[in-house]
Amino acid sequence: MTALPHAIPKNGPANDIAEIELGVSLEAQLAEAARRARMHCLAAIFHAGSGHPGGALSCADMLACLYGAEMNVWPSGADDPLRDRFVLSKGHAAPALYAAAAQAGFCDPKEALTLRKLGSKFQGHPHVLDLPWVETSTGSLGQGFSVALGMALGLKLQKNDARVYTLLGDGELQEGEVWEAAMAAAHHRLDNLCVLIDYNKLQSDAANDSIMKLEPLAAKWSAFGWAVTEIDGHDVEAILSAFRNAAVTTGAPSVIIAHTIKGKGVPMMENVPAWHGSVKMTREQTVDALTALGASAGEIEDLLNV
Amino acid sequence: MSSPALIGSSGDSLREAFGKALSALADEFPNLVVLDADIAGGTGVHHIRKSHPGRFVQFGIAEQNMMAAAGGMAAVGLLPVVTTFAVFCLRAIEQARLSLCYAKRNAKIVASHPGLDVGPDGGSAQCLEDLAAFRAIPGMTVISPADATETALATRAILEFGGPVYMRTGRSPAPHVFGEGHKFEIGKGQIIRDGSDVTLIACGAEVARALAAAQMLEADGISARVVNMATIKPIDRELVARCARETGAIVTAEDHNIHGGLGGAVAEALAATVPAPIEFVGVADSFGSSGEPEELAYAYEIAAPFIAAAARKVLKRKK
Repeated sequence: MTALPHAIPKNGPANDIAEIELGVSLEAQLAEAARRARMHCLAAIFHAGSGHPGGALSCADMLACLYGAEMNVWPSGADDPLRDRFVLSKGHAAPALYAAAAQAGFCDPKEALTLRKLGSKFQGHPHVLDLPWVETSTGSLGQGFSVALGMALGLKLQKNDARVYTLLGDGELQEGEVWEAAMAAAHHRLDNLCVLIDYNKLQSDAANDSIMKLEPLAAKWSAFGWAVTEIDGHDVEAILSAFRNAAVTTGAPSVIIAHTIKGKGVPMMENVPAWHGSVKMTREQTVDALTALGASAGEIEDLLNV
Repeated sequence: MSSPALIGSSGDSLREAFGKALSALADEFPNLVVLDADIAGGTGVHHIRKSHPGRFVQFGIAEQNMMAAAGGMAAVGLLPVVTTFAVFCLRAIEQARLSLCYAKRNAKIVASHPGLDVGPDGGSAQCLEDLAAFRAIPGMTVISPADATETALATRAILEFGGPVYMRTGRSPAPHVFGEGHKFEIGKGQIIRDGSDVTLIACGAEVARALAAAQMLEADGISARVVNMATIKPIDRELVARCARETGAIVTAEDHNIHGGLGGAVAEALAATVPAPIEFVGVADSFGSSGEPEELAYAYEIAAPFIAAAARKVLKRKK
């Protein structure tokens, strides 16, 4: 296995984040990208007639930061060996991934509104054969993390400096496979692997605490040999800062425990477990939710009448 | 005190043949990496661990993570070979389904310790369900070679093949079935003894037993054809149809549950082509138990005399 060259192209093409007016801070641009991604998610779930809004809204800021700033990914380089990799281990948050990726130019935002429909490439959980840039197929909790670990290990074996990111749900941490992977990543000193945990405290049926306690969560990861950063997962500056910490950590993988609010940005959904599951959103609910996210009448019209 | 002798880590077992072949092929396949879950001594991959330590990746006793991680390694351009015992592949079958097959990764699973061939470790360790389970996953190729020679050839073939493969090896020293000139091709069965009254279609450890059964039948004046069906999926449908047409009766033999494995695959092929009476030799929907493999073959009725008996039975149904 020969070492690969180290010249990594930076994010290339224009995307709609970059189109926001100059003079606005990166943080403000990313927060705005996340807000618009949330709108896109809800519209997609409305059109689909089913979907998991709560956990998509809670991770939108992290995805905006990954695709808008942190990762070396660019649409024309979707199969470039030097690109960074992202794996959405909590595959049910697919609408959030599709929205963030659409903003970064990986797919057509209008087409992404075909979410969960027969014949759509935008399946209910991401599928790599439909959308090569999703890196792997996910939807069975725990597996995406292991796949990401395999990528990180494989890249190291090939002396490729690309980094691997994966986003896990909090309920997902109840899968035994997660802790198998946590042990293996630390054992193999995978400092090119960064795990994000969308710690919104709610899972499918109820609060983590009542289903299966996760705490003390930071201590667990720390005991497994990980570099742990705990942040507010909606604070863009904190997310970027945690990525910087991860990037300079050597000899150990990094985990970012991001405290989030399920349904973030839509008051009727915030912290309400009922919005986790696959729900059907009425037009009225969707209009209310989009309005709460600051959508204009024109934007609502554009998103809902496609 | 001297070190204890490790049982089975030498000799003519399929796992040793696989391990030696893998080590010999490592230079030819520069992206090859081998994944182990703390049983390299048992699966044969201790050879490559020694010859190519940089290609050997330890996952500890954590098969689910290992299986899915193989998908990630394949995604970044490596050629991962997941190795463990057949029974532990079952605990990671959902990872094989989603992260290998659904994602269409070029990754291989090579499982030692299949079937009653496991012997004294007993029923918990004797995997009699893997051929059926892995056969049911879309895109998965399923292979069970018959002897050490074929295992070495199949090892090369699966590395050259693009796509996920599940391959059985074997724990116990196995008789040689094939000589130097043997050829192996994925998806192709072979007539290894011709006959006209009945066809015995076997895989793995049962191929040698089917040949022995054919000799027993010959003594009774019955001409039995023997087919080595090393690829269970995709099954060689043309050959199954041809044997049904030419001999009119089929017996399948496998060190596996009679449900869903080789017998199931052959029955499906028959039903869709040239329907013919069929009898199934295998473990009759039960778990195994401790014992030596040859003792178990008699206790669970997969030894040569039982294949011969099944042939006599199917001949009574032949039109």
